[in-house]
Amino acid sequence: MIELDGVERTYVVGGSPVRALRNVQLTIRGGEYVSIMGPSGSGKSTLLNILGCLDRPTAGSYRFAGEETATLAETQLSHLRRYKIGFVFQFFHLVPRLTALENVALPMVFAGIPPAERSNRAREVLEQVGLLPRATHRPDQLSGGEQQRVAIARAVILKPALLLADEPSGNLDSASGREILNLIEGMNQGGLTLIVVTHDPLIGGRARRKIRLSDGVIVADEGAG
Amino acid sequence: MRATDLLRYSGGAVRRHRLRTFLSILGVGIGVAAVILLTGLGEGARRYVVGEFASLGSNLLIIVPGKTETAGLAPLISTAPHDLTRQDAEALPVRVAAVRRVAPLIVGTAAARAGERSREVTLVGTTREMLAIRHLKMSIGRFLPAATPDAAVCVLGARVQRELFPGENPLGQLLRIGDWRFRVIGVIAPRGTSIGMDLDEVVEIPVETGLRVFNRSSLFRILAEVGVHDEITSARRAVLDVLRERHAGQEDVTVLTQDAVLDAFTSILKALTAALAGIAAISLGVAGLGIMNVMLVSVAERTREIGLLKAVGVTHLQIIAVFLVEAAILATIGGGLGLLAGEGAGRVLRHIYPEFPFHPPPWAIPAALGVSCSVGLLFGILPARNAARLDPVVALMRRKA
Repeated sequence: MIELDGVERTYVVGGSPVRALRNVQLTIRGGEYVSIMGPSGSGKSTLLNILGCLDRPTAGSYRFAGEETATLAETQLSHLRRYKIGFVFQFFHLVPRLTALENVALPMVFAGIPPAERSNRAREVLEQVGLLPRATHRPDQLSGGEQQRVAIARAVILKPALLLADEPSGNLDSASGREILNLIEGMNQGGLTLIVVTHDPLIGGRARRKIRLSDGVIVADEGAG
Repeated sequence: MRATDLLRYSGGAVRRHRLRTFLSILGVGIGVAAVILLTGLGEGARRYVVGEFASLGSNLLIIVPGKTETAGLAPLISTAPHDLTRQDAEALPVRVAAVRRVAPLIVGTAAARAGERSREVTLVGTTREMLAIRHLKMSIGRFLPAATPDAAVCVLGARVQRELFPGENPLGQLLRIGDWRFRVIGVIAPRGTSIGMDLDEVVEIPVETGLRVFNRSSLFRILAEVGVHDEITSARRAVLDVLRERHAGQEDVTVLTQDAVLDAFTSILKALTAALAGIAAISLGVAGLGIMNVMLVSVAERTREIGLLKAVGVTHLQIIAVFLVEAAILATIGGGLGLLAGEGAGRVLRHIYPEFPFHPPPWAIPAALGVSCSVGLLFGILPARNAARLDPVVALMRRKA
């Protein structure tokens, strides 16, 4: 499903180039549960952004579901993000003026899905994450764990093939964090490819396949089947 | 994406910042209201002048002693070598077929007394024809007699009657002007000011009497009414010919058509309206800058939201649309409210000054609304493009806005 071949990503910081990723070779098959670990500055967020098509490699090839992403136009990348990839962030990134239900339905609004269908599907997914009773609450009326569950519901509302989670429990107490991980791991068991980026070995250790990055280079890849 | 969803999404963002939204709407509103009010004043001034001329009768030739070299308004000081006489006036309808009626005119101010009361009046010496030419109406009595141009009778303006003969029937009473005494034979219905002469403040007397009172031999001017408007140019030429012949071959009068005078006023007042519209347009432009400012703040505040939209697959164009619609909402509401305010203020003005025809020209309203909407869109483009160009990676790294 994901094939990275010789991927480089270079930033220019203060006039001098910084190589965030160096010659990354990585293949991830559909349905895998992968953790990407490493200290901050190791390039794991950069890798996640490239995998999520929010950022493009400076060099090398990234093929998603067999298709070379470098040749895709901006709009085609948007469609890829909309229908194939879900994001979960450390800081949830819910739109504060919208209710939980509206936040979940947001990707469908911009995909042009009719309101009645949006509402039905958003309710279904909210029920799946156990938040249907809170559908009309706004983010500031929800706990951190609840906000993250809304964000997960939003990430999977258009049934993506890949879920990318950037420190999904990083901003939560350990009990809520565990619940969140259980939730997305359950989705992985349902066939969703799951990639979790974290600096926490306890969280990263839960994945079947553990990739370790250091200075932009993959230094370990355990459990690759 | 559906249009209603786009409207609701952008509208939701607008509603969140009530004060900021209110202020930018206010800016646009003031701009639009200014366009409507200022052009309304300019157009009102034009209509006022046109209306004044129409009340004078649109088929008038105004014959003034003296020759002006350039076309334009009547010369203030007459330097005619030949007098403009009552006989000149009487010759016109006889010699020129197009001239239907003429009224000679001599005008001056004088102190009028009746019993113990006295006041300054505008003394007008003329003939019976004046009644028809100036569309005057009598409230009581009759106008000047046709047969006796030197009778010692007078007709009063409405205010003169009210002040000199309060609560009395003035008919048959005597009015003294200097050593002259006039019997009141009629009162003109209230009329108001017309081209610089307040018809309520006049005392009209027969023309010969008037020349004697002022000890003058030349008329102030002659008003000649042409039967058909299309003949006014040829009639003007014919009148000039007749008067040149009567004045020993010398062209020593000026014949003004109302159209010429009116054209001069109209072009001045149209320029005035355009200048006022230009000033108002500047305030609309400033309002546009206000919208741009609000939109730039809105984009800066919603960096994380924009990053998120990108992450969930919202396209470049959709993000631009979200912010442009937001700017358009501000501009449209502002324009609508400004329209109401401008019209409301116009109504108040019309109420306070009913004689002034405050009226924005027909192009003012669509122009004001069109400009306010395009200003909103124009000044919304830069912030919207800023939003669409935002790097989602950077945007999403932020914890809080």
